[in-house]
Amino acid sequence: MAVNYGSKRLATGAHYGLRDWLAQRVTATLMALFTIVLLAQVLLSKGPIGYDKWAGIFSSQWMKFITFVTIIALLYHAWIGVRDIWMDYVKPVSIRLTLQVLSIVWLVGCAGWAIQVLWRL
Amino acid sequence: MTDLASSSRPKRPEFRNINALNDLPTYLLPPAGIVSILHRISGAILFVLMPFIIWMFDTSVSSEYSFARFASLFNAGLGSVPGWFFKLVALAIIWSYLHHFVAGMRHLLMDINHDIVTKQFGRTSALAVLTISLLLTVALGAKLFGLY
Repeated sequence: MAVNYGSKRLATGAHYGLRDWLAQRVTATLMALFTIVLLAQVLLSKGPIGYDKWAGIFSSQWMKFITFVTIIALLYHAWIGVRDIWMDYVKPVSIRLTLQVLSIVWLVGCAGWAIQVLWRL
Repeated sequence: MTDLASSSRPKRPEFRNINALNDLPTYLLPPAGIVSILHRISGAILFVLMPFIIWMFDTSVSSEYSFARFASLFNAGLGSVPGWFFKLVALAIIWSYLHHFVAGMRHLLMDINHDIVTKQFGRTSALAVLTISLLLTVALGAKLFGLY
């Protein structure tokens, strides 16, 4: 059987990268649906939007549910996109790995903050 | 034999001495290319400004007191930084989101239906993306700066 690990690992071929490609589209669709749901609630409310109306949108449990899913979708979607940017423009492995690690730290930290805000509502 | 080998094949233009002043202004990306690079740039802007976006989410929904702080950033500013500067940052986020959203719809459309993917569709849909996203940005930007 052909060796497919270590330095002999095959990094090209059928389906390589398909999962991330598909994940980016699935997460994009979820975020687009969330945008429409949020926008509909903003546009359908009457009168000027103050704190009560704005915070009221996020107070229902189903809205917290889909907001949470959207935050996770954004985390994954942004990771794939930013990783693509580093892979296209940054060739030295040491710098690329450093930037990728920093991107993950950045995204996980941001997602944690957003979830924290959501949870205490 | 093949077209590639035939001598009657029209010569391709060659650029051996590109003059930055004379040639670069006419050497432009096609509309689909402009949408593509802007998709990447808008995504990068949203990635970099993510903490500011979450800060706006945090202060706007947490309490009435924090909501007032959120609103005053865009009216009174922060320290010596005037409010309009933060409105410009918000406008950059608005444009980035709208462009990324509309260009993403184009991507999804072309992934769902391969039959519509033609050279002409690539051009017209790219122009449509630029038109829609810029018009929406102007509309929301005018609202942001209180023009209506």
